[in-house]
Amino acid sequence: MPHEHDDHNAHSLLPSEPALRVRALETILTRKGLVSAETLDEIIDVYAHKIGPHIGAKIVARAWIDSDFKQALLTNAESILGEMKLAGRQGEHVQVVENTANIHNMVVCTLCSCYPWPLLGIPPSWYKSDAYRKRAVREPRAVLAEFGITPSQTQSVRVWDSTAEMRYLVLPMMPVAAAGCDEATLARWVTRDCMVGTGIPKAPQI
Amino acid sequence: MEIPDKSATAPDFAEPPVFAEPWHAELFAMTVHLHKQGLFSWLDWTAQLSEALAAAGKHHTLDGGDDYYAVWLDTLLQIMIAQGVTDDSSVQAMQEQWRNAYVRTPHGKPVRLADDGAD
Repeated sequence: MPHEHDDHNAHSLLPSEPALRVRALETILTRKGLVSAETLDEIIDVYAHKIGPHIGAKIVARAWIDSDFKQALLTNAESILGEMKLAGRQGEHVQVVENTANIHNMVVCTLCSCYPWPLLGIPPSWYKSDAYRKRAVREPRAVLAEFGITPSQTQSVRVWDSTAEMRYLVLPMMPVAAAGCDEATLARWVTRDCMVGTGIPKAPQI
Repeated sequence: MEIPDKSATAPDFAEPPVFAEPWHAELFAMTVHLHKQGLFSWLDWTAQLSEALAAAGKHHTLDGGDDYYAVWLDTLLQIMIAQGVTDDSSVQAMQEQWRNAYVRTPHGKPVRLADDGAD
């Protein structure tokens, strides 16, 4: 019988407690036929690789160059997004709110992390943090300053609190420097943060 | 305006991965799937998650990463337990089985449960 080396590092790396617990729940649900690895992989692939802020960015870019589309988006985002197959997946409604010279909009979910998934994907961790959830309503200008955004004193700051039933997308102002760009190029100016209201459009890096 | 368009349609977001840990992704996907299967409404889900986050936030400040998903996991487990899909001790026992499987499996080999050759 060959001698086995006693190497305490030889076993597989032990996952964290919550990771083991998730694995346990997944096994239980799989054995009950409620989930399957294939279905979960598909969902993960969609949210990790296919849905993301680039979708919202295309909507914003189109609104910047097509005033009819913009009006329709602001007055009835629901039907426009429905036509584009971008309606809420959990039955929620979406409202698009426009930044202007007088208004800066920002979005939060004070209770959990409701977010327009089909347009922006999964929210970043700061959106889910207590710090952001608790402070965005109380001291929005201070929070915006931490993101490097300083709305002018003539701009009022409106904070929209998302719920399971209503999500918001900020339509940022088109930067003057972006004028003349085509729609695809404009979309590259639009960051996730500017559609949450914690950023402003940035010139794409070439 | 002349702008090279070779990547004009590609997303340009230098961001951390959408899911920081694989278990965040698995947990998220399970929740979305169970909702789609009709096990709970999204309204009920967010109500319970909100309540759990508020309770957790009283003890320490959540940073929106692991701690957020830990609350998410507890919430989903509580819903599954309330629906009679599983119970605490079954989850605990299965968690131990997985722990043992990892400890037992040589590095580089696929980790399987002792009683589940097909898993």
